[in-house]
Amino acid sequence: MTEEIIIAGFGGQGVLSMGKILAYSGAMQDKEVSWMPSYGPEMRGGTANVSVIISDERISSPIISQFDTAIILNQQSLDKFEHSVKPGGVLLYDPNGITKPPTRKDINIYKVAATEKSAELGMAKVFNMIVLGAFLKVKPVVTEEYIEKGLLKSLPERHHKLIPDNLKAVETGKELVETVHTL
Amino acid sequence: MAKELKLMKGNEAIAEAAIRSGCDGYFGYPITPQSEVMEYLMLEKPWEKTGMVVLQAESETSSINMVYGGAGAGKKVMTSSSSPGISLMQEGMTYLAGAELPCLVVNVVRGGPGLGTIQPSQADYFQATKGGGHGDYQLYVLAPASVQEMYDFVFDAWEIAFKYRNPVMILSDGAIGQVMEKLYVGDYVPRWTDEQIHKIAPWATFGKPASRDHNIITSLELDSAKQELHNQKLQAKYREMERNEVRFEEINCEDAEYLFVAYGSSARIAQKAIQLGREKGIKVGLLRPITLFPFPTKKLAELSKKVKGMLSVEMSAGQMVMDVKLATEGRCKVEHYGRFGGMIPTPHEVLEALEEKIIKG
Repeated sequence: MTEEIIIAGFGGQGVLSMGKILAYSGAMQDKEVSWMPSYGPEMRGGTANVSVIISDERISSPIISQFDTAIILNQQSLDKFEHSVKPGGVLLYDPNGITKPPTRKDINIYKVAATEKSAELGMAKVFNMIVLGAFLKVKPVVTEEYIEKGLLKSLPERHHKLIPDNLKAVETGKELVETVHTL
Repeated sequence: MAKELKLMKGNEAIAEAAIRSGCDGYFGYPITPQSEVMEYLMLEKPWEKTGMVVLQAESETSSINMVYGGAGAGKKVMTSSSSPGISLMQEGMTYLAGAELPCLVVNVVRGGPGLGTIQPSQADYFQATKGGGHGDYQLYVLAPASVQEMYDFVFDAWEIAFKYRNPVMILSDGAIGQVMEKLYVGDYVPRWTDEQIHKIAPWATFGKPASRDHNIITSLELDSAKQELHNQKLQAKYREMERNEVRFEEINCEDAEYLFVAYGSSARIAQKAIQLGREKGIKVGLLRPITLFPFPTKKLAELSKKVKGMLSVEMSAGQMVMDVKLATEGRCKVEHYGRFGGMIPTPHEVLEALEEKIIKG
């Protein structure tokens, strides 16, 4: 199993930290992992993205241009990455602010209204974990117990009290994800 | 040795390795894409744990000269920077090489020339392996291709630096600096005691015992005959490195008809291109130089008798390819493929280049 993922959205949406939690969880589950962020001017206030690879084998290149899954959190990122999803792959997006939804017919498309839900719950901070939950529902590349271990390892101790809220958000995401188009 | 699993950026691995390998001092000045080295050190506060000094200097010129001072005292000292900052250090580098001072300099390369870009590049190969500063000198140059190697090579760097009394460079790039991967770290190596330094570095200006004369650390010798002798001694040292300290990795070379030659992050991309090529039935392998000086010249000469062609894959306009050509002496076709200015080639692009430039060409 090798899963090559891109997560892309605005800076501040928790794109990089979501990738980090995913990578840590994979590492805890004894997988090979890599986490390659964009670190250009975009992270200073524009779009941010990170490629995460989770694999049973040694990872050759952490730098990839085609993805098994694209997790998309704004229109710019959708425009940029829709065409980088491998045929048969997965595109998961948050419809908030999306004016031109994805059009490809050779991939599986899902959406998760995570922005809306996190605002409704008054928990904007766990927005990214709702998205992560939606992804894990579609592609269970790491199991629940390792997400908790990943959170423990990746969050500084002073934030450990927030872990139950994060795990609840993952559950919310799993329930919230909707199928738009599958092959 | 207890091995502990961590998940870290390449830059953080350099910093963690510095602390764990008994480094005495880090002197640096921030620059993207390597600022996490000093950030991590400042957060970890090693001065409280091991006594290691971490100092933000006022410039790169200053940091490299602080390294000169620390190294002269026989201490394990280092700095890190990225391309424009490393250019500023070149005067210090040649002085360190001339005065035969062991130290570690890490270059997390970004695109140039000039201020260039903050994205990854490998265009500092010439600067690292062919001088950069003036005079006939060589750095020992290690090229890590993973976060684990960023960590391990810091330990290896001290070994070589003190064995040969020579500056060592870790030549990395923005991609290896920024990527986070699994890393296994080992136990802490204690910093050397004063007695150990006297024994390991008897040449150091580190307190003069009554039993010997003054030690002098200098790169200046105005008597040309003596300066020539000094140069001959340096050259003999570099030849010894070429005999004993060449490192490389062979991947899928046994049955290879074609070869990628690539180091650092390009070697990772080439590995993916090998998978893609082998799926198409192309027998391609990779020779990954781990040391850029000394270069795996002999190994490449040997391989050039077996393969039909080699493609040097570099994020530069073609620098290492010249060393590949010198090593293969026309026995097989050698071409270069590269992207520059911070652009990273895709594995598909690299495979296509092999097909176009070597297999068809």
